[in-house]
Order: sequence, then structure tokens, then C-alpha cells
Amino acid sequence: MKKIGKQTITFENPPSILETASIVGPKEANGPLAKYFDKILEDEFWGEKTWEKAETKIVRETSHAVLGKANLAANQIDYCFSGDLLNQSIASSFGLRDSNIPLFGIFGACSTFVEALSLASIFAESTGSNNLLCCTSSHFCSAEKQFRFPLELGNQRTPSAQWTVTGSGAAIVSKTGNGPFITHITPGKIVDMGIKDASNMGAAMAPAALDTLITHFEDTGRNPSYYDGIFTGDLGYIGKDILIDLAKKNGYNISSVYNDCGVLIFDKEKQDTHSGGSGCACIATVFSGYIFNQLKAKKLKKVLLIATGALTNATTAQQGESIPGIAHAISIEL
Amino acid sequence: MNTNPLDTNKSYQEYVNKKSPNSPIFKNCFNAFWVGGLICTIGQLISSYCSYRGLPTEEAGTVTSIVLVFLSAFLTSINIFNRIGKFAGAGSLVPITGFANSIVSPAMEYKSEGFIMGVGAKMFTVAGPVLVYGISTSILVGILFLIFNTQAITLV
Repeated sequence: MKKIGKQTITFENPPSILETASIVGPKEANGPLAKYFDKILEDEFWGEKTWEKAETKIVRETSHAVLGKANLAANQIDYCFSGDLLNQSIASSFGLRDSNIPLFGIFGACSTFVEALSLASIFAESTGSNNLLCCTSSHFCSAEKQFRFPLELGNQRTPSAQWTVTGSGAAIVSKTGNGPFITHITPGKIVDMGIKDASNMGAAMAPAALDTLITHFEDTGRNPSYYDGIFTGDLGYIGKDILIDLAKKNGYNISSVYNDCGVLIFDKEKQDTHSGGSGCACIATVFSGYIFNQLKAKKLKKVLLIATGALTNATTAQQGESIPGIAHAISIEL
Repeated sequence: MNTNPLDTNKSYQEYVNKKSPNSPIFKNCFNAFWVGGLICTIGQLISSYCSYRGLPTEEAGTVTSIVLVFLSAFLTSINIFNRIGKFAGAGSLVPITGFANSIVSPAMEYKSEGFIMGVGAKMFTVAGPVLVYGISTSILVGILFLIFNTQAITLV
């Protein structure tokens, strides 16, 4: 493991992603990626009394599901990295409180999933840990309650607004394995271009994604054609459009290999999701469901995953602060 | 050669404004107009019916408000009002129906935190500003009226 260029880390013995699991809500199950998810909820409550309890249950069940698929017991997991959007990351800590796995609670807003994979890879190589669990979640209803308005309020969403994905994705990173391997990680820095509109997160996060993308190419000496899939987390339609345009202005044409998980997960026209999906679960479920499936089937061989996060909360938004963005990248190769 | 939109926050904001689609303002206005008009027509029908049954105009108005508030609260509770609101925007927001919705929806949302700290404390999170500034303004206007309209005082 060593640092190359400005901020990228490369591995001597690249850790392997052993297995993934994903659980999504009913709206995601009506989207184009439905068949790739492990479990689909019939309703947003999933038999619980509150949205928070429902999200907690999704985390718990997703972590059980990934252990089951990998044929591992909880005591075979060395460490867990987990985070979510709810205040003080309670979906993760409540969801994993009975798991008996040493836990690092992490927060990178919607970039948390790749942050977890990055830290797990570093742990795998530096501590020789065999199995590390990475898990993130979000829930449309609990996110609306915390960040926006009550669900039953009769207001209108702007065209740039995004729809928080209900669900959770989990992955097990292992020191050894047959791949796909995590070969490089490029942790991102905070980029804030002064966007204050909380209904346009894609535009707020796109400059951070661009910064990480360019840094990754410069540090590794690679270019867009090296990858057969570049995926951002939840820039949505507007952020995707901005990233393609700005990358082009910087001399990188990514349009033929690039897509955004928030664009992929919903059918914009049929599902009325405006600028696309968002939330920690967006890239977590799309990766754990669709992208990992494509890697296993060798339809994708070299993937760059860039998770984007808006580092804001409801209070700072009311105080008129702008929205700082962050983006973490990992390359996953067969 | 174009300048880089990321040069300054201002240039990026202008660039984002160009990239982001605007709300369909004509469609929204049209829907708001006819749904708002429909709600007011329903209100007028209720009021006229009350007058027809012999209620004085003022009391007929009160009954109309009660019925519209009830209907709005009821439709909120069965997950229909938010759909009307999404379609009609200000059309369903501006009449008294929107006010009822803005109180019932947080009451439902925060019931999970109990009746004291949930429903009781959070019920006015949306309507609170309207109440505070609505009532404050009416008091202010009342005082001005009292000062400048001497004729009204003699009438009282």
C-alpha cells in the first residue's frame, strides 16, 4: 500500500470484494434495476412503527443478508464500517447494535459507502484483517422528515429535486479472494462552489466529483478509456450533465463510459423522481445490486466508483450556509 | 474559448442556473388557478346552502370554514391531499385547505415522538410562521386603523 500522486492510494495486494447484498423499498423495486436487488420491501414501514425503526431494520437485515450470501458468521467479521444520514447515524448503530462486530461509525453523507470501502481496503492490507463489513442506508421517509417537510404536506418539488433512495447496500471486503479487487482509492477533498439550493444537490456536488475524477486520472496516469464503467453516486440528471460538461472542458471525455447511480435507479418519466435518486443507499444499492452483478458476470471489468456527498444539514441550510460537496473514488478491477 | 465556470462561485451559480430546468410555471399557474377556483366554488356552494337553510351570512361563513378544514384534514390523513397539493400547488395551499393540511401533516409525521414532544410540540412547525406573522400583521393593521380611521371609532 502506498500513496501515489497527490492523494491516491494503491495496493500491493489489492483486497477483494467477497460478496454484496442489497435491500430496497417498493419504489426502487418499480425502477429499471429491480431484478438486481436481493430483497424488496412491500411497504416503507416493513412492519415497524416509525421510519427510523424501519431504516434500522433494513440495515440489520442487509448485514445479515450479506453474511448469509458469503457464508460467514458475524464473529468472522473483524471490523465494520457503517454510516447513514439520520442524526448521529442511528440507523447504522441501532441496526448493528446486536451484531457483536467492532464498529467504526463513519459519515460522508451520501459518499459514505465508498468511504467505508476505502477504509476497509486500507484495514485489510494494513492489519491483515480477513473480512470487513461495509454498510450504508437511507430511507425516503426518514430523510424527508429530517431534512425537508412532513410527507403529507401538499407542496411541490422543484425539477432539480432528487428522491432519496430507500434501502441499504452492504459489502464484505476481504484480504484474500478472487476479486473483483479494489486496486486504487482516491479520497476526495471538500469542494464548495457556493451553491445554497438544497433542492439542487447534484449541482452542489458536481465540482467535488470533478475534482476527485481529475485527481484520480492525474495520480494514476489513467484516462477515461481505461475504464469500461465510471459511476458517480447521486449527482442526478443535472449533476451528471454538469460533470460530463466540466470534465470535457478539462480535457476528459467521459460521456461514453459514464453514468450516475441516481439516474440509473429510477425511471424519471414513469416514477416522477425529477432529477433522480439520492441518499447513502443510492450508490450502495446500485453497486451492491447492479454493478457488482455486472463485475461478477464479467460484463464490466474495470469500474471507477465515485460516491458524492453533500456535507450539509437542516440547520446550516436555514442559516444560509452553502453546501460543501465531497467525492471519494475507488477503482474496482477484475 | 469559454471561461471555466468553476473560476468563481458567481460564474458557477450562473452556469448552474443555465443547466437546471425551470419549474413549468404556466402549467403550474393554470392548475393552481382552476383547482383554487374549484375549492372556492365548493366553499361558496356550502355557504349558499347554509344561507338557504336560514343561517345568517356570518355564521354561514364559519360553517364553510369548518367544513373545508375538516375535508382538508381528512384528505390529508388518507394520503390524498399531498397529491392534490403536488398537482395544484398554491391552488390548494392558499385557501384555508392548505392551512389545515400544514397543521395536520406535521401532527401525523411527529406522532412517533409521542403526543407531548411529537404532536404537541411539532404541530405548528409549518403553520407557525403563518400564525405568528399573520396575527402580528392583523394587530398592526388594527392599530393603524384605530389611529387613522376616526370614523370607524365613532362607529364602534
